[in-house]
Amino acid sequence: MSKTIIEVKDLTKEFHVGDVTVRALKGVNLSIAEGEFIAIMGASGSGKSTMLNILGCLEIPNSGTYILDGVDMSELNKDELAALRNQKLGFVFQSYNLLPRTSAIENVELPLFYNNKVNAKERRERAEKALIRVGLKDRMGHMPNQLSGGQQQRVAIARSLVNDPVVILADEATGNLDTRTSYEIMALFQELNSNGKTIVFVTHEMDIARFTSRNIVFRDGKILKTEDVKERFNAVEMLKNLPVADEVQAAKN
Amino acid sequence: MNISNLLKLAVYALKRNRMRALLTMLGIIIGVASVIAMLAIGEGSKKSIQDQISSMGTNLVSVSPTSQHRGGVELGNAASVSLTIKDLDAIRDECPSISDLSPEVRANGQAVYSNKNWPTSLFGSNTDYLRIKLIEVSEGRGFTEQDVKGAAKVCLIGETVLENLFGKGTNPIGLSIRYKKVPFTIIGILKAKGTNTYGQDQDDLLLAPYTTVQKRVLASTFFNSIQSSAIDESSTKKAAAEMEQALRKSHKLKEGSENDFRIRTQEDLVTTSSSVSNVLTILLGAIAGISLLVGGIGIMNIMYVSVTERTREIGLRMAVGGRGKDILMQFLIESILLSIIGGVIGIFVGIGASQLIGILMKWPVVVLPASVILSFLVCTVIGVFFGWYPARKAAGLNPIDALHYE
Repeated sequence: MSKTIIEVKDLTKEFHVGDVTVRALKGVNLSIAEGEFIAIMGASGSGKSTMLNILGCLEIPNSGTYILDGVDMSELNKDELAALRNQKLGFVFQSYNLLPRTSAIENVELPLFYNNKVNAKERRERAEKALIRVGLKDRMGHMPNQLSGGQQQRVAIARSLVNDPVVILADEATGNLDTRTSYEIMALFQELNSNGKTIVFVTHEMDIARFTSRNIVFRDGKILKTEDVKERFNAVEMLKNLPVADEVQAAKN
Repeated sequence: MNISNLLKLAVYALKRNRMRALLTMLGIIIGVASVIAMLAIGEGSKKSIQDQISSMGTNLVSVSPTSQHRGGVELGNAASVSLTIKDLDAIRDECPSISDLSPEVRANGQAVYSNKNWPTSLFGSNTDYLRIKLIEVSEGRGFTEQDVKGAAKVCLIGETVLENLFGKGTNPIGLSIRYKKVPFTIIGILKAKGTNTYGQDQDDLLLAPYTTVQKRVLASTFFNSIQSSAIDESSTKKAAAEMEQALRKSHKLKEGSENDFRIRTQEDLVTTSSSVSNVLTILLGAIAGISLLVGGIGIMNIMYVSVTERTREIGLRMAVGGRGKDILMQFLIESILLSIIGGVIGIFVGIGASQLIGILMKWPVVVLPASVILSFLVCTVIGVFFGWYPARKAAGLNPIDALHYE
């Protein structure tokens, strides 16, 4: 069996909103192995976003343990958590979160700025490599507003790859995209996954979840069920079968 | 994160908002430029006062009487009648550090020539006076020992009086004017000196032998002051001390009693007038300083807005590994950069403006290196001081809230 990347035991998290205590997570156990492509699913309020924030070391649980790649995060202070995020995690967000008026390559370089071991030359090389890997070789100098939504998300994915993380955390990464572009992004994720990247993908869309290898469904702060995806979608195949995009159709007419 | 990375990030961030960065800097630019220009004007006026005083003679030592008591009644300086020919002789005999020595008496009244008249002062002195006061005779001659001894009714005429009684460029030598009903024959014209630092016209005078003024105009035996010059600039202090000694003796002042005269050297005058223009400089500098402060508040304002506007960026930076102190430093460096760049531009603008004021207004301006260094330091301090609060706010953000900030 391959190496365990994420090990979560009896995790709880509470929020205090005024006088009301919201129990977002009520004892979660979870184990993710290297090379898995996980979809975390659930309705809003199910605790899946809180789970992702904790997995991303952005939030500290009230109790329970979380071991990421052999490091127990409950023993770390804020600065050490930041360093852990910098070295072991990659984030992809629904709204891309690219810096405006900043070129694609500079956006991708950003995480490496916070790593003292990487000098300017290496930073540029690694960012270029990451952008080539997501298929944006010709768009390196473009500003975000000169890129389509799909291309912007590719830049964000390149940014999440540039520090060579042990796991990529994606939060509704296709939520702002049309079907075709979503599939293209999923194809990219599948390709990264087939090359060994561990990916945790939060979504509420059933069809997107079927691109992954295992689905974890949250409800009311607990894991409702975990199931391996049996008939897994292949995004490249799916793209071929999609009807021709409207604008292409319009161009033909 | 190391400092070069921080600098790079700050420069990127400022480049993204060039226009805003420029406008923010404008406050600092104006502030620094006005501080430098104002200090340059203040310093220039101070220097010109000092130069003017020096032009009156750097080794000048003067004695004037001070208020006297008569049975407990203060008589005031004007009524002081302590300096006489006896004192002059005492000084001449006992002060080896004094080279030239002259009494000064002064009368006020109208000078009259034919149908014209002009109010002016008549000064009385001996032959040393022109040397002591560095006054030159441009036409004619100065008066002689004989003139002084014989109380001759001769006078030298200042340029302003000449213009008003005879018209510009005329030669009145040999003509006679009347002053307080006494006729004076003009024997020479004093070379024009212009106005002094206090705005006084130095050419508005008549100069005659002191004996003439005392006997024929004032009917008095007292001097308004005694003017002298020390043998050289460095011995003015010594000369003043010798004079004090001589005058105390000739006034028969007992040990412990106060002087009834005051001795002033040119150095004292410089100090006094410097302190006046120092006040001016401080005042101008303070007003300019306020504009610098307003500029600083402008930086704080923009940084504060910037932190709110870039909340998501801050969240992202934290998510990809930026620690609180990295964020703090980034915003701090941005504000320091803004104020330093603004400061450097302001220094050049300030120096340029000073020169321009100097040329256009014909004011003396002196840009002190100290004021340049000072404003540069103040800028850095402003950057830190006004950047700190917004930067703290940025560093204290919760990454999750920041990432989802709308």
